[in-house]
Amino acid sequence: MSHSNSFPRRRFLQSTAGLAGLGALGMLPIASAHAAAITVGFVYVGPKDDFGYNQAHAEGAAAVRKMEGVTVIEEENVAETVDVQNTLESMIRFDGATLLFPTSFGYFDPHILALAPKYPDLRFQHCGGLWSADKHPRNVGSYFGYIGMGQYLNGVAAGHATKSRKIGFVAAKPIPQVLLNVNSFLLGARSVDPTITCQVIFTGEWSMAVREAEATNALADQGCDVITCHVDGPKVVIETAAARNCFVCGYHADQSALAPARYLTGAEWNWASVYTAMVKSMQAGEAIPNFVRGGLAESFIKMSPLGPAVPEAGRAQFEATRARILAGGFSAFTGPMKDNRGNEIVSAGQAFKESDVELESMNYLVEGVIGSTA
Amino acid sequence: MNETDLGLWAVPLAILGGAIRVSTPFLFVSLGECLTERAGRINLGLEGTLVFGAMSGYAVSYLSGSAWVGILAGALAGALFGLIHGILCSLPRVNDIAIGIAMMLLGMGLAFFFGKGFIQPVAPGLPSIELGRWSDVPQVRAALKINVLFFIGAGLAFAMWWMFRTTRLGLIIRTVGDSADAARAMGLNVTLARVLATAAGDALAGIGGAYLSLYYPGSWNEGISSGQGLMAVALVIFARWNPLGCFWAALLFGGAGALGPALQSVGINQGYYLFYAAPYVFTLGLLFVTSSPTRVMAGAPGELSITK
Repeated sequence: MSHSNSFPRRRFLQSTAGLAGLGALGMLPIASAHAAAITVGFVYVGPKDDFGYNQAHAEGAAAVRKMEGVTVIEEENVAETVDVQNTLESMIRFDGATLLFPTSFGYFDPHILALAPKYPDLRFQHCGGLWSADKHPRNVGSYFGYIGMGQYLNGVAAGHATKSRKIGFVAAKPIPQVLLNVNSFLLGARSVDPTITCQVIFTGEWSMAVREAEATNALADQGCDVITCHVDGPKVVIETAAARNCFVCGYHADQSALAPARYLTGAEWNWASVYTAMVKSMQAGEAIPNFVRGGLAESFIKMSPLGPAVPEAGRAQFEATRARILAGGFSAFTGPMKDNRGNEIVSAGQAFKESDVELESMNYLVEGVIGSTA
Repeated sequence: MNETDLGLWAVPLAILGGAIRVSTPFLFVSLGECLTERAGRINLGLEGTLVFGAMSGYAVSYLSGSAWVGILAGALAGALFGLIHGILCSLPRVNDIAIGIAMMLLGMGLAFFFGKGFIQPVAPGLPSIELGRWSDVPQVRAALKINVLFFIGAGLAFAMWWMFRTTRLGLIIRTVGDSADAARAMGLNVTLARVLATAAGDALAGIGGAYLSLYYPGSWNEGISSGQGLMAVALVIFARWNPLGCFWAALLFGGAGALGPALQSVGINQGYYLFYAAPYVFTLGLLFVTSSPTRVMAGAPGELSITK
């Protein structure tokens, strides 16, 4: 589908981007003699205004667009199939893009890995991929943020807001990044009250509006009174939960506008800061590291402002926890800790910080999470 | 708030609630398709109409401030799509299935194109009737918050069943659908009847789409339909072209869709992918059991291109 209608749109983009490029060239000597002209391409798997994953990246692209000497081209709704290779090739050949951000997880293998060796002078930056020096091309980079700590802070706010001591999580698929978020959300809440439990429901798809709404209703029926999620577009979950009089914590982007009175806070990506820094070093001719990670302290993620429903004690603990995370060395996973089947996952005396790679292969739900990974 | 702990009772309750919440788009689309197919045409474009109806309903509701005007817009947009489909299929040697697929792609493409600006705004939604006031269990109240369109759809199913059985209009549609030659011999205008039946059926699908964006899940985005329009076309065969059957089939599909999340919420976590596939497995099984190698599908209109 997206392929069949992508060609005329690419034609249109070509001509407009070409015009914009001419304009930029004309201005170049006066406006930005120091910044090299560069064309940056962004590719999204869904609509770029989905209140979620894609919007977070598009906000980053919008910040890059404001930089001097930069032309930004974007294409949305590009499937994780050979479609993304066609889109990237047309960005490279027709628009002259030299820095590319194919932002969806499934673009990495095999699509980026197939294109990168063909264009060794260009740079492919992929979000969330596990780049390793011995397996992957040198012109591919991977970056990601420790957003689990954002969900931990969501959990702190949720722990203070919940009356039923049951909180809920609508999750897409049981992959490590999602499990880390579910576990972090519960651990944050348990730092407030260790009797809190978290019910998780997996929808099995990154974006499936009706099933997300059903999952949210099922959580509310079970008495969960604070709900968050990890799906591509949290709009449906947030609106449905608020309609059931639950409090909500956001994810990916700021959703406070959807439920101003019931929105506690949210774990957001801060791609604007990450992308502008990467483009800057590219313009300056510096190398972008192949493997980049960062958290709150590195401005890879940020929190939505606290909503009116968070009580005073909650605000204080939220800010104190945020300060500890910003100071570095904070660890949510400290032993002894068991998973929800009774197996020990962190032994006594052991502690995993946000940057520990053990967390990137998480395959368990911690004790207190009601649900199963399979 | 203060939800009561229901234990395993949560599952039947969720299926009931889900059946009512999720079934309405299935119901409207399958009733629309039933009407069109009874007149002898297949319209596979209803998925496109559903998505376009969702977009236009949401957009017009946002611009006008009234969800009912939005529903009307969805219906009008649907009728327009139906007219195009109906008229194109009336040309000689045009295949209705191919046109249907083209209309489906057109509807989705246009909806994505015009809908770009309406993903972010929040439009007024449809009101619902609270039938659960008698209960002090909040879950029951939530399950029995029923949208008006559900009742309209149910009433429409009965009305259509009655129309096909007893009215002159129903007889005309059935004759046109069963034998074009007989209809011509009666002096009926076959082409006109089919074009109008397609337009009316598509208008119903447009209403089903507007329900998606204006009530449940209640917002417009490009992933709003997960194939309900296509499934509803299959539902018509499943319901043997009987509007009452469409009603029960839609309820069944809605309820089966609620099964997966509900089972997970009471702690049955193993194999949720299988539970999500339940509606399809069930349909396959039922079609298998009721099919026969010796006769054409019972109730199929004789003029349908798939049965001819």
